[in-house]
Amino acid sequence: MSCELPRTMIHGYLDGELDAVRAAEFERHLEQCPECVTALESQESLRSSLQRAELYEKAPAELRQKVLSSLRPAAGPIPFVAPRRRAAVAQWLAIAAVLLLLLYSGWRLFPGLGQKNDQTALAAQIVDAHLRSLEPGHLTDVISTDQHTVKPWFDGKLDFAPPVQDFAADGFPLTGGRLDVVGGRTVAALVYGRRKHFVNVFIWPSSNPDAAPSSGAQQGYHWITWQKNGMAYWAVSDTAAADLDELQRLLSR
Amino acid sequence: MPEVPDAPQALNPQETERFNQLVLPHLDSAFNLARWLLRNRTDAQDVTQEAMLRAYRFFGGFHGGDARAWLLQIVRNTCFSWMEKNRRPEPEAEFNEEVHLPNSITPEALAIASNNRDRLARALETLPPRFREVLVLRELEGCSYKEISAITSIPIGTVMSALSRARQQLQVALTNPTREEAAREL
Repeated sequence: MSCELPRTMIHGYLDGELDAVRAAEFERHLEQCPECVTALESQESLRSSLQRAELYEKAPAELRQKVLSSLRPAAGPIPFVAPRRRAAVAQWLAIAAVLLLLLYSGWRLFPGLGQKNDQTALAAQIVDAHLRSLEPGHLTDVISTDQHTVKPWFDGKLDFAPPVQDFAADGFPLTGGRLDVVGGRTVAALVYGRRKHFVNVFIWPSSNPDAAPSSGAQQGYHWITWQKNGMAYWAVSDTAAADLDELQRLLSR
Repeated sequence: MPEVPDAPQALNPQETERFNQLVLPHLDSAFNLARWLLRNRTDAQDVTQEAMLRAYRFFGGFHGGDARAWLLQIVRNTCFSWMEKNRRPEPEAEFNEEVHLPNSITPEALAIASNNRDRLARALETLPPRFREVLVLRELEGCSYKEISAITSIPIGTVMSALSRARQQLQVALTNPTREEAAREL
């Protein structure tokens, strides 16, 4: 075997468990190691087969009822002494109520949770992209503080025109731009300076309706995301969260 | 492990409510893990029920955090002690570093071999239980390495190599049908 990397790295990469630095290293390695590319393809195909095969087996209704009724005696004192038949009816009603509640809460909670998880997963990718951009020579493909140089640079490289503005007067000088890849699509990345920090602003078209900013932090980096006029925006930096709020207001003006 | 009494000890009503909210919703996960560890739905029902009672009794010791991982840890421990008591020997995990794959397995051949639920399920069931559990937790349950480590007590640094070996064995099992299967296909 000519490849020097431990085979286990492929699995860490496949499972999204490598840190950003090691993931970027592995991606660079892939460019020159056809053996690892093939191995990764095999593992991806195995994974999608496992997921397509619907191997997950849910608890049968019978088990659910058994568990519920075996836990019932401890469910606190029954407030009144009921005749045996009424107790049985009450027990079944209670089981039915719990089942309905479980079903309802599953139905209500999971779409929302799904969205939240999507956002967290995307935030992780954004932070990774930000970290990659900080490696030497990666930050900008077009270096210019002039929005009239940066904006035309994107022409013909993207299938959309990102809004490019300089906010030097407000403390966020435009430093340049580059193309980046987030979630498998090519996006525009604008780079702003903020004192000694850099802010990456990722922009791509999206059909979602306008949405107010929501923000968070991951691995010590703050991010803020919003949606305006058919574009999705993500700004990320190690600068203070308040700086990102300010930049968000400037960009949405 | 202590014997599970017939009736669980009474938790107070608030605790019971918390148990119902935090632990009961993971019954599907509990059953799925037991089913793949025990390779049998009937046994899995019995053992899951036993594990749920155990979880209920020990709920006082759960101080918040990931309720699913906490429950699955109890489920897998209950499964392993059940297997020790009731089972014919399981295939042993091979802990030698290199499980060599024949070079001829292309991604395409693998895709064809795994394009069938029964075949995948059989291949998964031929793996040693410790490989089955990491694969089920990762691929079916979507657990992170950290969660897998908490559930199985495999050190977190070893989860990646355990998964790597489990997947390689699964590939081998998929592309080298057993003699029995080969005979059936003739």
